[in-house]
Amino acid sequence: MSNSRTIRRAKAGTTESAWVRFTLIGLALAFMFLFLVLPLAAVATEALRKGAGAYLEALKEPDAWSAIRLTLITAAIAVPMNLVFGVAAAWAIAKFEFRGKALLTTLVDLPFAVSPVVAGLIYVLVFGAQGWFGPWLAAHDIKIIFAVPGIVLATIFVTFPFIARELIPLMQAQGTDEEQAAIVLGATGWQTFRRVTLPNIKWGLLYGVILCNARAMGEFGAVSVVSGHIRGQTNTMPLHVEVLYNEYQSVAAFAVASLLAILALVTLVIKSVIEWRHEREMKALADLPPERPVAS
Amino acid sequence: MSGALSSALPASAAPSARAGRPGVSRRVLPGFHLTLGFSLFYLCLIVLIPLSALVFKTSALSWEQFWAAVTAPRVMASYRLTFGASLIAALVNLVFGLLVAWVLVRYKFPGKRIVDALVDLPFALPTAVAGISLTALLAGNGWVGQYLEPMGIKLAFTPAGVVIALIFIGLPFVVRTVQPVLEDTEKELEEAATSLGATRLQTFTKVILPSIMPALLTGFAMAFARAIGEYGSVIFIAGNMPMISEITPLIIIGKLEQYDFAGATAVALVMLVISFAMLLVINALQAWQRRRGASA
Repeated sequence: MSNSRTIRRAKAGTTESAWVRFTLIGLALAFMFLFLVLPLAAVATEALRKGAGAYLEALKEPDAWSAIRLTLITAAIAVPMNLVFGVAAAWAIAKFEFRGKALLTTLVDLPFAVSPVVAGLIYVLVFGAQGWFGPWLAAHDIKIIFAVPGIVLATIFVTFPFIARELIPLMQAQGTDEEQAAIVLGATGWQTFRRVTLPNIKWGLLYGVILCNARAMGEFGAVSVVSGHIRGQTNTMPLHVEVLYNEYQSVAAFAVASLLAILALVTLVIKSVIEWRHEREMKALADLPPERPVAS
Repeated sequence: MSGALSSALPASAAPSARAGRPGVSRRVLPGFHLTLGFSLFYLCLIVLIPLSALVFKTSALSWEQFWAAVTAPRVMASYRLTFGASLIAALVNLVFGLLVAWVLVRYKFPGKRIVDALVDLPFALPTAVAGISLTALLAGNGWVGQYLEPMGIKLAFTPAGVVIALIFIGLPFVVRTVQPVLEDTEKELEEAATSLGATRLQTFTKVILPSIMPALLTGFAMAFARAIGEYGSVIFIAGNMPMISEITPLIIIGKLEQYDFAGATAVALVMLVISFAMLLVINALQAWQRRRGASA
């Protein structure tokens, strides 16, 4: 927006003396180091405390494997479900005007505000033995609570808003002109979405998906309420970490935790790459000669 | 409750109504009924019906039973801890979040991009992992705990540990809400203040701070709301002693494990109402921020 000349001119009156700058940077970095870097380092050290052999041994354990499998299955169901919802909700909210839109947008955010423990509890109240459908489910021998379906449902609830809230502002900012042009030129709705909308939102979509996935794989509170903690059957990775930790199997607990920490770091790397790409694209657009859009 | 929700509607509806263009014919694009219908169906199925179960199940209690359940001394002690610790943690994040955002936006230093990416770690790292690694750090034999304990400072397994975990969880909120606003502030205003004779500190408190205040408060409210519901990271570090270091979500879990569904539901309803209230506060703050942005 402002070119480099303005920035240089402005600098004189709008920055702090060197020692204030260094103190502030030092304080901020110290805070980040204490609260973010040290915990990460602690996970790695505790996991490798008894050497690489013990670390790998802990990961080879069958219960650890079944926890990893359950976590992957849960994310593989929850993320696509919320992806479809996110795109549909963003299309309706961003491309159309209707009454109650603001209320709907607020309700989409609601699961973020609800405590994970309450999120788990509400499914127990609906599907549990004491719940609304409890007797019916028991009569038909269907298990939802203390079984995999409950874990998936609770995960869907806590990751519900991620993709929608990433897409809504993005699609609102892009408006409807391009889609309207495509429709007028004879494209079907699906073609318009795939060829016009999707390329415009792909980075936002990916961003939402990886954040949703990270939370889906890492959710603890909600899943803990509905899981029943049956080892090898209904323990996801975070729950398995808790079980091991409470049994004083510190190395094993931190070994499984280290996998989740790696997942978190990979998520952060992908997220940063997306942000940098987006930044570059924005810059490239801004650097276009101003007459070009007009001339076309 | 629905009354409270709809009363917030005008506040959040105002900006989006202004952004929309009523002149444009609204139904050129296809898929409105399909996407809105599916979104509402999915929202009801996953969020609204299960949440309503909480309200219906609580209404089975008489008012005296409900009041007794939510005001028992042990429950009251948990409210005090949950709200007190969340407030302290959100205040710490307010100060340090502003500091980190300021340093990231205004200064150049090596490794800045990595620091920027690392801010989101608490969003990506599963809470159980954060919980056990913070506990490992602060326990008597941990990297940090071994230096603090001889000085008589005990953090792990005390209410202070709860605050530490909640600071970690809420860290990104203030940074990520303040950062974009700080990037958009106009340096010309600061130049004007400086040339009119203001000191740097005066410029900060009288010019910069008011312009980022809505974002700052939004981030604070989000960090506070998240901290109130937090479960995974806290239970490992808190020690979970009744009346001393037991958070409200843990009270719900405890009641569930004793098959006291009515009690668990009653306390969960209190938490849900507080979540709603926080959501409305955050919406109002964001509307204020958008108005501020529009008038600038």
